Amino acid sequence: MTTEKFSALEPLVHYLKLEGERPYLCGSRCQSCGHTFVGERQVCANCTSRDRMISVQLAETGRLYDFTVVYRSFPGVKTPFVDAIVDLDDGSHLKGTLLNVDPDPNADLYDLPVTVVYREAHPVNADGKQYFSYFFVPAAEA
Amino acid sequence: MSDVYIVGIDMIKFGRYPDRTVPSLAAEAALLALDDAGLGIKDMQALFCGNLGQASGMVGQRMLTEIGQTGIPVTNVANACATGATAFRDAWMAIKAGVYDTVLAVGVEQMGKGLLGGGAGVSTEGIIGSGTMPAMFAHIGMEHTRKYGTTFAQFAQVAVKNHFHSTMNPKSMYRVETPIETVMNSEMIAYPNTKLMCSVNVDGSAAAVLMSAKKMRELGLSDRAVRIRASEMSSNPFEERQLAMPDFSGATRVAARNAYEQAGIGPEDIHLIELHDCFATAELVHYENLGICAAGDAGALIDSGATQLGGRIPVNVSGGLLSKGHPLGATGIANLYEVATHLRGNAGQRQVNGARLGLTHVVGGGPGMGTACAIHILEKV
Repeated sequence: MTTEKFSALEPLVHYLKLEGERPYLCGSRCQSCGHTFVGERQVCANCTSRDRMISVQLAETGRLYDFTVVYRSFPGVKTPFVDAIVDLDDGSHLKGTLLNVDPDPNADLYDLPVTVVYREAHPVNADGKQYFSYFFVPAAEA
Repeated sequence: MSDVYIVGIDMIKFGRYPDRTVPSLAAEAALLALDDAGLGIKDMQALFCGNLGQASGMVGQRMLTEIGQTGIPVTNVANACATGATAFRDAWMAIKAGVYDTVLAVGVEQMGKGLLGGGAGVSTEGIIGSGTMPAMFAHIGMEHTRKYGTTFAQFAQVAVKNHFHSTMNPKSMYRVETPIETVMNSEMIAYPNTKLMCSVNVDGSAAAVLMSAKKMRELGLSDRAVRIRASEMSSNPFEERQLAMPDFSGATRVAARNAYEQAGIGPEDIHLIELHDCFATAELVHYENLGICAAGDAGALIDSGATQLGGRIPVNVSGGLLSKGHPLGATGIANLYEVATHLRGNAGQRQVNGARLGLTHVVGGGPGMGTACAIHILEKV
């Protein structure tokens, strides 16, 4: 996937950005309380400070905090898949799909080290457009 | 400030009424509640009407065209799954403020079948996890499992209990007992919630007549009055993971603490609870949020039978959202109807004996939306 021309694709969500051909997750950090948020914001939802947010690129490594295996989804979506909540190493928290694992709800995935990767994505209602998104994979495989 | 009372309250049997309109469902519940109070629409000074599916559709005014256009002020309310309870609380506040003596609150919903959740625009489903409601509430259960080792069977037992309770409730959508094997072997939706551990999308309506203490005494309605000891709402306070995963616990804990304080009681004083079991996983988490057991003890509490009819603190004896059904805008007032019915001693086969204080709880929200929570404490007069 390293040869992917990401600039020819649309980012699936607003907090996915491109620096040249390199995708990254955009975040913001409060210089008052230190909390790191996914996406851009002006005011801190935690400590309510104004004008203390700085833009950051989010960490691309973290640990799986929580997960579920989704068996029934909206029409056209391939199941089962692992829906994961990951604590990134910069203290932010990100939801995403965990690839390259057996979708077994009894697997001990809690605290699994994961890496963020970027791939072409195929939304069920893409309507002819081409997208890219982020995914999680077990850290050992990245 | 004087107390506010429920003097009339009722709900229609929850079910599927595709040939009806939303205002006609609302009108049916409103007339039932007025009959229960022995009053008419001309006695009502204001209407608060809760509905989600037609939130911009003036449902309250359209309902009045079916039961009497008396010219009273109508406020249409939408607040996710807390919609009905929000309309009820608005009516309570209007009386508490001394603006009116007699106010009607209605909650109504007409729903399709199938998964709720997702948003507008290009779908992220399957790519950035899942935006379905079952997946959101699966996370809440799996977080409990991570922290405390709560098992699939313990979550499933919630559905066993609530489906059993509904066999005694003639106004429930479903009235079928489901043994634990049936619950655990039904279609897995998002682990650990199987289909029988997900609430039922149904059509329904419920309504209440609220009255000031002065007016209630003047009309001699104390025989049917139920005192509102606490009415509280909250939104989700900041929790570090809530933008990634839903959080209904923070808001519930805030509203519960304030409601117990307003009523001057503690969770040990409550005789029955109708709480927001939109998914089986949610019920266990709310045992702890509402303070009926310590953090981490919810699995043991359901195992002990304490929350079943006949136990120490029966929860969702109506059948709950899991079996009675969850018509979003009506649920909040339907929960109040259930508790009020027990306090009046009119719950028949499922009566919680000696019930004097009961609590209702609803929470609403969705992926990336935040949370609305409403808690009421009612007392037998």
